[in-house]
Amino acid sequence: MPLRQSPIDNPQFSVSGLKAWYGKTLVLKGIEMQIPTGGVTAIIGPSGCGKSTFIRCLNRMHEIVPGARVEGSIVLEGQDINHPNVDPARLRRKVGMVFQKPNPFPTMTIRENVLAGLRLTKTSSKSNDAQIVERALRQAALWDEVKDELNKLGSGLSGGQQQRLCIARALAVDPDVILMDEPCSALDPIATARIEDLIHSLRENYTIVIVTHNMQQAARVSDRTAFFLMGELIEFNDTDSIFTKPTKQQTDEYITGKFG
Amino acid sequence: MYRTGVEKWEKAFIGLCLFAVLVPLAMLFVLLADVVMDGAGRLTWSFLTSLPSRKAELAGIKPALVGSIYLIGLTGAFAVPVGIGAAIYLEEYGGDNWLTRLIEVNIANLAGVPSIIYGLLGLEIFVRFANFGQSLMSGALTLALLILPIIIVASREALATVPNGLREGCYALGSTKWQAIRQVVVPMALPGMLTGSILAISRAIGETAPLIAIGALTYVTFLPDGPMSPFTALPIQIFNWVSRPQPEFVINAAAGIMVLMAILLMFNALAIYLRQKYQRRS
Repeated sequence: MPLRQSPIDNPQFSVSGLKAWYGKTLVLKGIEMQIPTGGVTAIIGPSGCGKSTFIRCLNRMHEIVPGARVEGSIVLEGQDINHPNVDPARLRRKVGMVFQKPNPFPTMTIRENVLAGLRLTKTSSKSNDAQIVERALRQAALWDEVKDELNKLGSGLSGGQQQRLCIARALAVDPDVILMDEPCSALDPIATARIEDLIHSLRENYTIVIVTHNMQQAARVSDRTAFFLMGELIEFNDTDSIFTKPTKQQTDEYITGKFG
Repeated sequence: MYRTGVEKWEKAFIGLCLFAVLVPLAMLFVLLADVVMDGAGRLTWSFLTSLPSRKAELAGIKPALVGSIYLIGLTGAFAVPVGIGAAIYLEEYGGDNWLTRLIEVNIANLAGVPSIIYGLLGLEIFVRFANFGQSLMSGALTLALLILPIIIVASREALATVPNGLREGCYALGSTKWQAIRQVVVPMALPGMLTGSILAISRAIGETAPLIAIGALTYVTFLPDGPMSPFTALPIQIFNWVSRPQPEFVINAAAGIMVLMAILLMFNALAIYLRQKYQRRS
């Protein structure tokens, strides 16, 4: 029995009946979920529960994997993003993504990395490039560290800096939503803390959906938390409620460390 | 705690491997030294800038050198874009179905076909059917066919080493597949593609059999004046000289081999340089 959530005002995403497959394997078994606009929504759950697949459906990255398939609807701004008329490339400019492993483009400088989204899609206007670079790097809390070496290769930065560069790159195309797929799992605790501060500062202006296997991180950075288990959404509520008084037994067992 | 005597065998094996490396190197060195001793005295500026002659001491390799340079330029111009394009299609777009697998198996096999077979193919298709005659064009197209599989295989390997996370990074920024390939994937794979292409071209420089099959000339006293011109090439000139009975021509052949080797080593050095230069940034 899928979790039913009462309708909310002005959701960023309204997900209903979402099923996702890799080949013949059903990974998401009918998700019903309304993700509010603004703030940070964390998705937690044990490995293989479908949490990464779920956010990859929100910007249609799931379909890139050969043999992958989805069913059901995800409504963004009144439009089902799986409709055949929706261009996934344009969708992804509204719904940006940061990956588990920092992936700055190795052949590009820091400046070129920030502008990559605009250059790739030929929407860069050259005249305000400098402004875009500075704004995105300031938003990503990286400007002070790299402002004197914008023409050095992005791959020369530390892991944490690379991940913030990837966040700056995502911000430069001016998205409404930023999806983060375990953005700190390859980073040390200090770099993780900086990314968490950054997420906190971005929550004012963007809708952030973050997948994490780290429950403390979910508790620290998010306003709401969804608990996934074996391809199903078990519970979705305010982060405080999920961690202090979960209503489902499975949630309680997971957050108290009985499994996962 | 105590030694068991296994190390003795390990040392013997290392010695055997070293021997296996040194023997061919020594052979190569002896061959090169022999060629240099024969040809070094003959290798003068006038040797490079003279036309062939019936008199060995007046003969030069100018038409062969110029012919080889034209031939390589044309071969590269045909083979590199087609080879890299084919590699991009197979690696990035082809997917995994029976047709692409069939093409893959065939390309791998084509890389092992003897070059004389390509020569016969070139004779039939380019010289006769397309009516290009025994021209630079026919020679270059034949050599391009010969090295195409090598370029495709090397370029595919270069593309396969580009991490998938970078492609996903592009898509997540709203790029199309082509934009990602053109601006991120190919620039990263380019050093590998260039290295493979240069090594393939350097193989073509030394090829003799296919050129003889299509009927390249062996005694040429003029320079090629365009792609449809008859021509000769360095390996053919060398082949011509060593088959002469007079010992003076064998000295000419040795000097010609030195020129050919110098060109080959230059190409290989360029490939190594490119690889070193671009390896650091990834």
